[in-house]
Amino acid sequence: MRYIRPSSLEDAVGLLANASGKAAILAGGSDLLVRMKGGFIEPDVIIDIKAIDALGRIIENDDGFVIGAAVPCAVLGENTALRNAWPGVVEGARLIGSKQVQGRCTIVGNLCNASPAADSVPALVAAGARALVRGPAGSRTIAVETIPVGPGKTSLAPGEIIEAILLDKRQRHSGDAYQRFTPRTEMDIAVVSAAVNLTLNDQGVVEKARVALGAAAPTVLLVEEAADILVGSRVDDGALERLAEACSAACRPIDDKRGTVEFRKKVAGVLAKRVALTAYQRAGQK
Amino acid sequence: MAGIAVSTTINGDQAEFLCHPDETLLEVLRERLGLMGVKEGCGTGDCGACSIILDDRLVCSCLVLGAEAEGRRIATVEGMAQGDKLHPLQQKFLEHAALQCGICTPGFLIAAKDLLAKNPDPTEEEIRFGLAGNLCRCTGYDKIVRAVQDAASVMRGA
Repeated sequence: MRYIRPSSLEDAVGLLANASGKAAILAGGSDLLVRMKGGFIEPDVIIDIKAIDALGRIIENDDGFVIGAAVPCAVLGENTALRNAWPGVVEGARLIGSKQVQGRCTIVGNLCNASPAADSVPALVAAGARALVRGPAGSRTIAVETIPVGPGKTSLAPGEIIEAILLDKRQRHSGDAYQRFTPRTEMDIAVVSAAVNLTLNDQGVVEKARVALGAAAPTVLLVEEAADILVGSRVDDGALERLAEACSAACRPIDDKRGTVEFRKKVAGVLAKRVALTAYQRAGQK
Repeated sequence: MAGIAVSTTINGDQAEFLCHPDETLLEVLRERLGLMGVKEGCGTGDCGACSIILDDRLVCSCLVLGAEAEGRRIATVEGMAQGDKLHPLQQKFLEHAALQCGICTPGFLIAAKDLLAKNPDPTEEEIRFGLAGNLCRCTGYDKIVRAVQDAASVMRGA
């Protein structure tokens, strides 16, 4: 096994594309090192991307935010501008693991690990976040929800690296929120989770909505029919009831020791209602 | 030995070591550098017994490769006391009997040190959330929380 710490993204892509044997990207390592220790993966080359300057930064520009692939989730929580603009994205990222894990884990790692229960992904999907992907064939920008294709599997081509997550500049009267259900309040994996992102008009009526569910199917779900229910409403009781029904109906969860199918479907609806209300409140304040 | 040459700073002192690419920082600290205060509990980032501060961030050293320590600053429990004088957290853990077997204690001390550096006057809830990444299987958490509260007030000069 070799450990390499390239200082440019071009070098990292070259190493990944031309590696003989299995190559693994190391950012926070909170999934990779656990999988190595468990014997689930034995990379021939570990490519540590943390020496690539641009990947360690959060940049706010005219288009919104660029969050580098090596930025630990703790840093997302410390960025006031990001927290104000995208509170739901930050609360999802901040729920991953303990404080120790927060100092290492990244949202790109969470996305590429492709767990259906990944805490940061539903809020990114609801936010309409995009991933900036660099590979041997050049750069492309794709919607976050197209990256996980099943548990542990992504749509990335061989040699491709996610360079950054892009979040749009926030429009007025916008808010997002994320919540999950876990038996323990900290350091647990979502049994089911929900994220909602809303933009209101000046009269407080929802103009745009995106709804995402986690741990409810093999990948995080973008539930368009649930979003359609919120559009045109003031997130009143009737809309919330129909939202919950649409979310429960969209779930295709597994039955396991952490929750039954019936429980996950029901709680998906309950969480969707709660986060829709929080997102609505947040949007109204801006 | 063939290996990666790493130069780093541990508890304020320059340190150099050679390690294998798949060797964790936890293994390096214990087995190559003899810093036995860093404990291995789970090895998967769940228990916090191997907690260290890496460039002002609390992390599990079992989830860091030794090679990643190049050019970084590491703080372990061995750097907390000043000579014979215990750190207020160590003193208060003793006074409050906030330990039994002691395996989790260095991790709790380091996590509490990091917590108080960022929040000198935490509420009980903030302490419990702040230390949620550290597991104790003997004594429970109440005495630990009280020791941290007491140490915090000493450190604030209250």
